[in-house]
Amino acid sequence: MLKHALGRSQKWPPAWRDAMPAKHYDVVIVGAGGHGLATAYYLAKNHGIKNIAVLEKGYLGGGNTGRNTQVIRSNYFWPQSSAFFDRSLQLYEGLSKELNFNVMLSQRGILTLAHSHHELEGIRRWANAIRLNNIDSEIMTPEQIRELMPLINLDCRFPIRGGFIQRRGGIARHDAVAWAYARAASQHGVDIIQQCEVTGIDARAGRATGVQTSKGAISADKISIAVAGHTGVLAKMAGFRVPVTSMALQAMVSEPVKPCLDTVVLSPVIHAYVSQSDRGELVIGGGADIYNSYAQRGGIPLLEETVASVLELFPAFSRLRLMRQWAGIVDVTPDTTPIMGKTPVEKLYISGGWGTGGYKAIPAGGETMAYTIAEDRPHPLIEGFGLDRFQSGALIDEGAASGVAH
Amino acid sequence: MLQITCPYCGCRDETEYSFGGESHVSRPAPDAGDAEWSDYLFNRSNPRGIHYERWQHRFGCGRWFNIARDTVSHEIYATYEMGDARPDLPGKADN
Repeated sequence: MLKHALGRSQKWPPAWRDAMPAKHYDVVIVGAGGHGLATAYYLAKNHGIKNIAVLEKGYLGGGNTGRNTQVIRSNYFWPQSSAFFDRSLQLYEGLSKELNFNVMLSQRGILTLAHSHHELEGIRRWANAIRLNNIDSEIMTPEQIRELMPLINLDCRFPIRGGFIQRRGGIARHDAVAWAYARAASQHGVDIIQQCEVTGIDARAGRATGVQTSKGAISADKISIAVAGHTGVLAKMAGFRVPVTSMALQAMVSEPVKPCLDTVVLSPVIHAYVSQSDRGELVIGGGADIYNSYAQRGGIPLLEETVASVLELFPAFSRLRLMRQWAGIVDVTPDTTPIMGKTPVEKLYISGGWGTGGYKAIPAGGETMAYTIAEDRPHPLIEGFGLDRFQSGALIDEGAASGVAH
Repeated sequence: MLQITCPYCGCRDETEYSFGGESHVSRPAPDAGDAEWSDYLFNRSNPRGIHYERWQHRFGCGRWFNIARDTVSHEIYATYEMGDARPDLPGKADN
């Protein structure tokens, strides 16, 4: 590092090989975001499959992986979600060491606020369910909240009556997560091919055989889709429908300031959350725009509503200017639980329907999809997340249970 | 900010409206079977391109209507009443 510093950082070697596509791969993964790259890494590391390509339409980590607000947590309600998302959090806890890349995990805690007596009752039930699932959560009084974040306005328009905190929750740098998995996968021999758009999925007798891309046809024994907001587009290429709606979810950052907020704070009822990044920017998010969109830009009405909510919680932030605002296209499912596993087309697998919460699931998503692809059967942790649940009726309704924000 | 033209009240801001999802989704027969019912209840066309969708002028006349809107450019190509057939939009295929 000292050598590169003296050389004015001009000669850093690339972290991964930028490959050109071969004619055939054992596994082709569509989408070089966190999930696609993590799946490739675990396929190579845990299952010994090395002949893998990860195809990316744009640039690596340029979709939702680079657009989210970096929040990591496992405070879900249902046992299936808890087991999966806590596995993901545990993998995050060891990720910097595992991949030898500092992902800047900061377990600063995530606090969920209650603004009425009834909401507080609901939050008690939720927090206790989390504890029954063997995951940490603590109820907090308004006084404890004030001590934790002195800038908060407890007597806001909807006064704060309490909340609960998951202290193991927090943030990690999202670009670093994508780069770390890319480098580790590349070291295992995985081909990462950017600027390579998939335009068609080839199938013969109900079995996937390859993909058509902007860089020519590629045949593959197995294909996995990890394309977030474009899940429906890829499913259509393969000839089946999925229960997802693509919407724009926006986020924004303020100009950087000195440390003033060392916890992630979220309010389900006024639909806003905020944390402070290591660079000092306040990172703000809210709900998704209300209509279908593939535009990767957020609407002004929701931006205004989100900022107004955050300023009601933290009046001091009104002095700050917003520096950037952007949006990612999220694929929302009816029960806000992801769709993972096999598809109606043989040898074609899917990891999608992540909606507004895919980032926190990257390590476990990659690990369980790698197992699912290698073994051709769902990993035990994701057995309930299959497409078949929409026919059997076994939905895992986190939207109702833990208020997954959309 | 979308500018949506209500067929009854005229052009207003998006904030006056509620979104009602995909239009022209028809209910199957009661004995149609699980696959067809599941498709009706959960699957949506969710196109990257022209989307035929329902809106309600919630803070206006309160009535429902349909629009055809591009989900990439957000451009609105047609506005039509509930119960009307899907309009033909030549040269504006899904992409």
